[in-house]
Amino acid sequence: MSTVNKSRREFLKLTSLTGGGLMLGFSWFSAEAKAPVVVDAAGAAGSLGFNSYLSIATDGTITILSPNPELGQNILTSFPMIVAEELDADWTKVKVLQAALDTKAFERQVTGGSGAVPHSWKRLRNAGATARHMLIQAAAKKWNVPAEELTTSDGFVINSKTGNKLSYGDLAEEASKVEVPKEVKLKDRKDFKLIGKAVKNVANKDIATGKPLFGLDVYREGMLQAMIQRPPAFGTKIKSVDAAAAKAMPGIIDVVTFRNNVAIVGKSTWEIMKARKVLKVEYEKSGNIESTADHDNIFKTLLETGTPTVRRKDGDVETAFTSAAKVVKSEYQCPFLSHSPMEPMNFFAHVRPDGVELVGPTQVPAAARSDAAKLLGIPEDKITVEITRLGGGFGRRLKTDYSNEATELSSILKAPVKVTWLREDDMMGGSYRPAVRYRFEAALDANGNMTGYKCRGVGINSGNPTREDNFPSGAVENLLIETVEHASPITTGAWRAPITNFLAYAEQSFLDEVANAAGKDPVQFRLALLQKAKTTPTGAIKYDIDRMIGVTKLVAEKSGWGTKKGNFQGFSVYFSHRSYVAQVAEVVIKNNKPVISKIYAACDCGEVVNLSGARQQVMGGITDGLGHAMYSKLSFKDGETQQKNFDTYRLIRMRDIPEIETHFVDNGIDPTGLGEPALPPTGGAVANAIFKATGKRIKSQPFTDDDVFKTIRATQPKTIQPKKAPLPKSSLKRTKVS
Amino acid sequence: MAKYKLQVNGKNLEADVAEDTPLLWVLRDHLGLVGTKYGCGIAQCGACTVHLNGAAVRSCTLPVSAIGSSKITTIEGLSENGDHPLQLAWDEVDVPQCGYCQAGQIMTAAALLKQNPHPTTDEIVGTMHGNICRCGAYHRIREAVKLASTKI
Repeated sequence: MSTVNKSRREFLKLTSLTGGGLMLGFSWFSAEAKAPVVVDAAGAAGSLGFNSYLSIATDGTITILSPNPELGQNILTSFPMIVAEELDADWTKVKVLQAALDTKAFERQVTGGSGAVPHSWKRLRNAGATARHMLIQAAAKKWNVPAEELTTSDGFVINSKTGNKLSYGDLAEEASKVEVPKEVKLKDRKDFKLIGKAVKNVANKDIATGKPLFGLDVYREGMLQAMIQRPPAFGTKIKSVDAAAAKAMPGIIDVVTFRNNVAIVGKSTWEIMKARKVLKVEYEKSGNIESTADHDNIFKTLLETGTPTVRRKDGDVETAFTSAAKVVKSEYQCPFLSHSPMEPMNFFAHVRPDGVELVGPTQVPAAARSDAAKLLGIPEDKITVEITRLGGGFGRRLKTDYSNEATELSSILKAPVKVTWLREDDMMGGSYRPAVRYRFEAALDANGNMTGYKCRGVGINSGNPTREDNFPSGAVENLLIETVEHASPITTGAWRAPITNFLAYAEQSFLDEVANAAGKDPVQFRLALLQKAKTTPTGAIKYDIDRMIGVTKLVAEKSGWGTKKGNFQGFSVYFSHRSYVAQVAEVVIKNNKPVISKIYAACDCGEVVNLSGARQQVMGGITDGLGHAMYSKLSFKDGETQQKNFDTYRLIRMRDIPEIETHFVDNGIDPTGLGEPALPPTGGAVANAIFKATGKRIKSQPFTDDDVFKTIRATQPKTIQPKKAPLPKSSLKRTKVS
Repeated sequence: MAKYKLQVNGKNLEADVAEDTPLLWVLRDHLGLVGTKYGCGIAQCGACTVHLNGAAVRSCTLPVSAIGSSKITTIEGLSENGDHPLQLAWDEVDVPQCGYCQAGQIMTAAALLKQNPHPTTDEIVGTMHGNICRCGAYHRIREAVKLASTKI
């Protein structure tokens, strides 16, 4: 638990709200915290920038600020739930506000790495529990009874002897004068009323009625609009710009060239889009011009001749392989992917002489601000960042390129401007999931035990494309994990479950191959390895063996692993970020093609905060993992993406989804995050199930490029039908939708 | 540029725009109705779906000059108090994740239910297949459309 500076009553602050009310300002989240700022009526209505998480009004309304950007992970609901749980608030009276960037009040205002709940779990609980303690003290004073006789429930302090009740609203003023406790007792999890329950997204109504929540919905008085023409191919730069025709188009205010950008500035989106069509920009070579065919060759060459970086080496790998009874060797490849959040990149910036206002969808508001400060050469405290709701992120909005562009353009124009990217700009504009190829080798002894394991990953701007300390490291005596990097002008970045979103598929498919070669059941094969890692570990073990065994056994049980006739099952288990997810995919053969009918998931993410949100993250993560494994690919020709929009870049749609059944391990461990961990196992589980159904091992994504979806036959003579027809028609053909 | 008189959500509105301006940008840039979303601009994702005389259309590729006297309904006008059976079902089933595509999803579903108040699951899927949800909320979208169909 955090400590509080006893010398100062910095925890609570009394202030007036609209119609009379109190602001309990919380500030123990930062070493720099000062006495909370008084908030006026406008502040209570949502003008942020004060140093607190929580306020209570005299009518009992509880306002909770949620500092982290909301991009669909449901943090705007789950954070306040944690505060409200310990406060014993009446959830129906809670008001939630998205905080603006405030690094003095909040730590880690970041959405990424599935880290928000793990990071803030105790802080948020302390925020609620401390306020509850002070409300009890205030009631004890008022009634002149010992605090121990008082309890709380749904926004009231209750005298357990007399049954008398005082509302939090009635107590807030007195409570604000109570000494801030140094430590508070947190609830026992068995007493949770909100945490672990299915609580609805607080923004549902606003979303379902079309309220202006997103960055693209920002319109300000006097605001200009702009789009930017960027180099269409990686490895090129501007040679010349002829903007005369574009400038002459109706509604166009200016055409501005900066860095490798040509910004068309106007009054409305469509006029800008039309002017872009007559803008003439010539580009010239500035670096390597690469195509996907080049990458295929580069992968093969570097797998053979590249100078590897050794990431982990245990035992004597060479001897293990020369003395092996059997060696299994296999290669897997994954393409570049676009993040393609439904809301394209956009940002609003207003650079004024006295300060800068930034508004937009970002996963990293603090980075947007520090970049703007560097760009403009001004102190950070002159810049405010308002965080809008994000129409998806998937890692794309961890980059600040698009906020920087808006900042720079506004400073050039000396006017407020919103820069909007078209879908094509987004898909052609970089920061992709890197493309990677792996070579795996396994040595088996005469009893089918894996005695040696090698993985070499070659990535294009991938950084380290392995996770060298993940399973099966620790479970194999002789192991070598190494990587080779190819530097390319094609920009890459974190894409939901970075690295593991493709590594897990490759590795879990390969382990399935090894289990098959060893003549062992894939689940039992993993469990035996995990047991070995536990009893006779090799080197450092940086995953929790018991949690991995736990999800493996749970999914096997729930899916009826090994007991079902008629459904082909594939298994996969993966540890990513801090959580563990095992999946079993079921495939049926329909019209001579494999159809993914169902996916079972067992998740250990520690304590589940919001069951509804958690299920969404698992279903969404699996759907995301399945969709990209099956359908999506970004390929290049002469440095330019061949897919530019959703007509050729295929995303998963409703007809393609299997049934999904989700289970959580109930172990009371503090939350370990769930925004990403359900995604990585899906590709492997599906590929392994397809292998079971067809005998064909798919070794590259997207799976639907494989012949197995064109001309295969079932390994069994009879066509197997699912027990219940899950969805109409085969989903496996590319469908053009209009 | 020309002045277009449009009937939007039961109101008579006017926009002074070029004749090829897509309805999407008229709504967003000129009429302040930003609930209708831009997703792809080529009628592939469904985020921009509105109703034209009750039928679902992709507003990103519909030129304002083609609208004439047709009645336009956007997400803002689907119901007076946000209580269309679909809007209620979206909350009941807790559908949204990021939420960006959901206005388009709801408008597509609303046109379906208007034409076919009790669709089969196949019919729901066949219709909703045209709308992309990048978060993958499809299971709950399907469930919510089904639920709403029982309340009509």
